[in-house]
Amino acid sequence: MQTLKEVSCGQTVKVKKLTGEGAVKRRIMDMGITKGVEVFVRKVAPLGDPIEVTVRGYELSLRKADAEMIEVE
Amino acid sequence: MAFKIALAGNPNCGKTTLFNALTGANQFVGNWPGVTVEKKEGKLKGHKDVIIMDLPGIYSLSPYTLEEVVARNYLIGERPDAILNIVDGTNIERNLYLSTQLIELGIPVIMAINMMDVLEKSGDKIHIDKLSKKLGCEVVSISALKGTGIKEAAEKAVKLAKNKATTPVVHKFDGRVEGILNSIEDKLGNSVPREQRRFFAIKLLERDDKIASQMGKVPDVLEEIKFIEEEMDDDTESIITNERYIYISSIIESCLTKKSKGKLTVSDKIDQIVTNRWLALPIFAVIMFLVYYVSVTTVGTWATDWANDGVFGDGWSLFGLEVPGVPVIIGAGLEAIGTADWLQGLILEGIIAGVGAVLGFVPQMLILFAFLALLEACGYMARVAFIMDRIFRKFGLSGKSFIPMLIGSGCGVPGVMASRTIESDRDRKMTIMTTTFIPCGAKLPIIALIAGALFDGAWWVAPSAYFVGIMAIICSGIILKKTKMFSGDPAPFVMELPAYHMPTVTNVLRSMWERGWSFVKKAGTIILLSTIVVWFTTYFGFVDGEFRMLEDIEMDHSILAAIGSVISWLFIPLGWGDWKSAVAAITGLVAKENVVGTFGVLYGFAEVAEDGSEIWGTLAGSMSMVAAYSFLVFNLLCAPCFAAMGAIKREMNNAKWFWFAIGYQTGLAYIVSLCVYQIGMLITTGTFGIGTIVAVLSIVGFLYLLVKPYKESKILQVDMTA
Repeated sequence: MQTLKEVSCGQTVKVKKLTGEGAVKRRIMDMGITKGVEVFVRKVAPLGDPIEVTVRGYELSLRKADAEMIEVE
Repeated sequence: MAFKIALAGNPNCGKTTLFNALTGANQFVGNWPGVTVEKKEGKLKGHKDVIIMDLPGIYSLSPYTLEEVVARNYLIGERPDAILNIVDGTNIERNLYLSTQLIELGIPVIMAINMMDVLEKSGDKIHIDKLSKKLGCEVVSISALKGTGIKEAAEKAVKLAKNKATTPVVHKFDGRVEGILNSIEDKLGNSVPREQRRFFAIKLLERDDKIASQMGKVPDVLEEIKFIEEEMDDDTESIITNERYIYISSIIESCLTKKSKGKLTVSDKIDQIVTNRWLALPIFAVIMFLVYYVSVTTVGTWATDWANDGVFGDGWSLFGLEVPGVPVIIGAGLEAIGTADWLQGLILEGIIAGVGAVLGFVPQMLILFAFLALLEACGYMARVAFIMDRIFRKFGLSGKSFIPMLIGSGCGVPGVMASRTIESDRDRKMTIMTTTFIPCGAKLPIIALIAGALFDGAWWVAPSAYFVGIMAIICSGIILKKTKMFSGDPAPFVMELPAYHMPTVTNVLRSMWERGWSFVKKAGTIILLSTIVVWFTTYFGFVDGEFRMLEDIEMDHSILAAIGSVISWLFIPLGWGDWKSAVAAITGLVAKENVVGTFGVLYGFAEVAEDGSEIWGTLAGSMSMVAAYSFLVFNLLCAPCFAAMGAIKREMNNAKWFWFAIGYQTGLAYIVSLCVYQIGMLITTGTFGIGTIVAVLSIVGFLYLLVKPYKESKILQVDMTA
């Protein structure tokens, strides 16, 4: 199972499922990462974490630890 | 009766610009009760009876962030007459997500699509009429920056508020979810007004305890929740969130014609360079250097020196013309009318020096605030967090904590105020508590004094002071984030990186002024009062059984000296238990550089050089090297000067947190100094006693707290009562 954390820069993936629960999950979903949406991994921060993705036409940054909760294909 | 219109929208959607344009100078800025979230309201231009309430920028009405809770408590509790929902047209999909929630509240909603000018330029088109039909509310297009359409939007909002016609909820979810919502709405019955039923039904389905606790009668909906969760294989909160985005995706095709798809915008191109893997850190270093150089080293120092030594000192020169300082003018005036000595002293050295201590920092602060506003408005501040997050989150801080700490090395007062840019409440509080550990400019004379008097000017004393400060921040971060006060509220770092914008001059200036003014207003009183109290205790005392005002040189008869003698035993374990050191530490609270001057006075010099070189010999005779270093460490870490304390109080906006911060700083200073002295004595002289045991135990306890395993809680709590 691939998660958003493992996707390399420049790739576009589709969100399959969000694991985890509670506030962090809600926050990620509130920001538009929901089932079926396309996510483009734009870059990694200079120190290796967090990552920057493009979702629903805007730029979002999230930590790799949180990106691990997002299953993609 | 006044009408209230709430301005609601995402962060970075141009809400502040619109608010400023709508209200002009007619604004009132404060805080929501008990929390650090800013509250702004103002009268609509041309309408005396219409109040615009600027809600904090939010993405959702979830119960998880302070801003969201504040905003929805206002919307549910106060029920404004209308909501003006501002939507960023260049980022419409995610912005509409909040709109779907606002519409459910049963309050009339009008939507203003902002940044129409940017959209037109890119060739994209939003079909206002279609959007209006699909969402059931009136939609207008505006450009807050250019000022187009805002008057019409405001007029329509006022009309809506006066009509009181609620906005019907048009958007629909999946059939199964709708069915469940209907049955919950039936259960709610007449306990909730008809137009609000859908909102409460959704919140109950989402298991939102905060809303449930505000309702009188709460129907049991467990069965509904269980049914739909099994049916759709997800938790209800996620189901609802999903459904909202599904609805938005379904209407976006017909409402938005995108021409620029796939093309890189100017903002994208800037970002490719600014947060480039290799260039990001050098660019960051250059920008930070510039901010520091201008606001601390050069212009900032000039401004502070001008205000402190010029306006509130001997005087300054304006194009060759000598302008006397305020104390000089008033002193001459008091002299002329023959005021009593003590009253002159009170006015000049108590009150005016106190006012000076408040206002003296303002010019420098304004310069810094202008920079911060600039960095925030152009979008770089979010990138600062993006670049630095990796390092700072290990200590429970935000990447944005870098700026307060950097500024704090110049002056802690603007440093603490700079924490305002951090969104997460926990990170902000942690930053406020630890920023003043960094040695500020006023602590340098203390370092010079100790290094010169006891260590023969050894090169390592000054760097070690910075090392102690940085270690104090790192260790505090690691330890504090495990404590109960901080543990309940981890901040998920899911952050928007807004498009780069050209900041407007008025917005930058306004933000600069608001922050500067709030410092004067909120921090001013505590600084002024404390300065007067310390002045009084320093210059009054009993001499030969008579209570009177003292000469500078008679300070050992002062009330402060008496207080120093009473509390000095506290510092015996720290190695400097004589009353002179205690008094010096107390006067350091007025301004840290006073420590040197006080030592000078107490050792019989009316005035000493900045590094106190006159008293080096005397001080070396009265203190051991270890004791002196312990004294230095204590003064570096303990409660900062009153001005910085005022800033802490202002930023915490809560008495309990303020005292916790001051208490923690002083407590940490005490323990670290104790360890320095006791362990130092053990090594240098082999002294072993109770103090040594306490020191060893403290170190063991400290290490335990540092390495104690810690798991970030997944539960977010927003404590509104604190």
